[in-house]
Amino acid sequence: MVKTVASVGLPVDEVLEIRKNRYCPENETKDCKRISIVTGIHGDELEGQFVCYEVGRRMKEHPELLTGIVDIYPAMNPLGIDSITRGIPAFDLDMNRLFPGNKEGDMTEYVASKIIADLEGSDVCVDIHASNIYLTEIPQIRINKLHKEKLIPLARELNIDFIWVHEANTVLESTLAHSMNSRGVPTLVVEMGVGMRITKTYGYQLVDGIFHLMHEMGIWQGETQPVRKPILSEDPEDVSFLNATHGGIFVPSVKHWEVLKKGDLVGNIIDPLRGGILDEIVSPVDGILFTIREYPVVDEGSLIGRLLRKEVYDR
Amino acid sequence: MNKKIIYEIKSLYRDDFRVWGYEFGEGEKSVCIVGPMRGNEVQQLYTCSQLTRRLKVMEEKGRIKKGHKILVVPSVNPYSMNIQKRFWPTDNTDINRMFPGYDEGETTQRIAAGVFDEIKDYKYGIQFASFYMPGTFMPHVRMMKAGMENVELAKKFGMPYVVLRNTRPYDTTTLNYNWQIWETNAFSLYTTTTSSVDKASAFQAIQSILTFLSKEGIVEYYGHDGYISMVVEDTDMVSVRTKKSGIFESKVIVGQEVNKGQILAEIIDPYEGEVIDTLTSPVDGSVFFKHSDPLTYASTAVFKLIVQAH
Repeated sequence: MVKTVASVGLPVDEVLEIRKNRYCPENETKDCKRISIVTGIHGDELEGQFVCYEVGRRMKEHPELLTGIVDIYPAMNPLGIDSITRGIPAFDLDMNRLFPGNKEGDMTEYVASKIIADLEGSDVCVDIHASNIYLTEIPQIRINKLHKEKLIPLARELNIDFIWVHEANTVLESTLAHSMNSRGVPTLVVEMGVGMRITKTYGYQLVDGIFHLMHEMGIWQGETQPVRKPILSEDPEDVSFLNATHGGIFVPSVKHWEVLKKGDLVGNIIDPLRGGILDEIVSPVDGILFTIREYPVVDEGSLIGRLLRKEVYDR
Repeated sequence: MNKKIIYEIKSLYRDDFRVWGYEFGEGEKSVCIVGPMRGNEVQQLYTCSQLTRRLKVMEEKGRIKKGHKILVVPSVNPYSMNIQKRFWPTDNTDINRMFPGYDEGETTQRIAAGVFDEIKDYKYGIQFASFYMPGTFMPHVRMMKAGMENVELAKKFGMPYVVLRNTRPYDTTTLNYNWQIWETNAFSLYTTTTSSVDKASAFQAIQSILTFLSKEGIVEYYGHDGYISMVVEDTDMVSVRTKKSGIFESKVIVGQEVNKGQILAEIIDPYEGEVIDTLTSPVDGSVFFKHSDPLTYASTAVFKLIVQAH
């Protein structure tokens, strides 16, 4: 059943609505568990759109197997999605820096507070992101160190390739995930694929993981696939960053999720005007490339990729 | 005056990105003044340019006291200004959310690190700041309560108001906050506008800075001392919010004293022209902030009022 979570009248005729679809079991009980699937906080991240569709499609195919509540929120930032804008259009604000919001605040804060209120009571929340338009990410879950005890076991059920536990960061206190985790709703942040695109293979991978987690929680009684064993990284030293040393056009020489040896060529930054190579980006360590630059134009400093050191995935 | 590049990166097709610094006087790093970090901060650019012009003349006349160095950084983000975009051209990141920066990080982290390295050891730091919402302000000095704020110092600017506000999570990556952490006395100066030039307000800000520098013994300046600043906590201001979205028609100006019940603005139906919302003042006070866009959303704080003391 489609419900409106928040509604605000816009200046000219239109009403902004944040909507969710609630799937309930045929025999709903008070003890039913509830999972919330959230996406579209950043309007240019679309990987979650396919995931929401596919989760809904599979449930509708076998409604008799549903024994808990599944709430799907496909568009937290509908104006952003519709206008290919990462933030909230007109305000130029990152919606994921507004939580928990304020119901007495302006439109953006009000919407954020209504979303939080609606998500409260979930047993688990999955917030699906798709990197940005510049970088492609292997399906992974990012966890704030503060919440790792509760979240790592859940993350292992989601059929992703990598769990990245990062340091606590004050700025991230205004994210949806931090607000929900602080309220006792375990919230997993998935990053996968790339902005403005849909990678179906990653979508299917995560959907299989969501059904597996739902099965573990007693929400889904259908058969589920065994999940992948994710690589876990908790030490900042596990990850090496590759940044552009020159502004130019980056052309990769390797594939995403490729195992590299120290000194292997990752790609070139080229100069189309002069027909030259401005820099050869080489791997600084033995490792696996879990992030790679998708958008070719780079400035000095632009992120080209991230490598997980060999010792970590060999463990 | 010594003009120098304080940070530079090369681009493939555009001219090099350069952040310039203008140094006046010699000696201890006394004060650093930073202009726009966003591409639409034209008033901040104009104010900085006029301050530089003024300091140049003062230096020639020997009015910068011995042993003091003043640094003016007129723009930290010329690239965005030239394409009329508020944030960084390629990835839309905000340089003022990147401090103290990271010299091996991404582009705007590197810019923040490079600039901060040059400006962090000054005794006083003054930034011409802007608000994310479109609107006009009463000129004021704003300070974040990061533990280092000194209200008595802020009053020396002689601006009409000194506003104190609590830090929020995102503040920890701003220049103002990091200046304070590095033990610089940091002040954000708000003039009336952002994307249009208000000359009178710009010259008031310049006068305020020169008054401050004079009181701190850095320059010789014999201008007007300005106002006896009123100190206001951000949380004590009264916000007046719209109930409906529509065309915003203000009935008052910034700085105007208003009475309880006085009409501040009307919201007009964009199709039928009827008044659909009338905003009245809930207090006796004065208008500190006023929304400036012709269209407004519901629940928007279109006015901030300072309550009149009784």
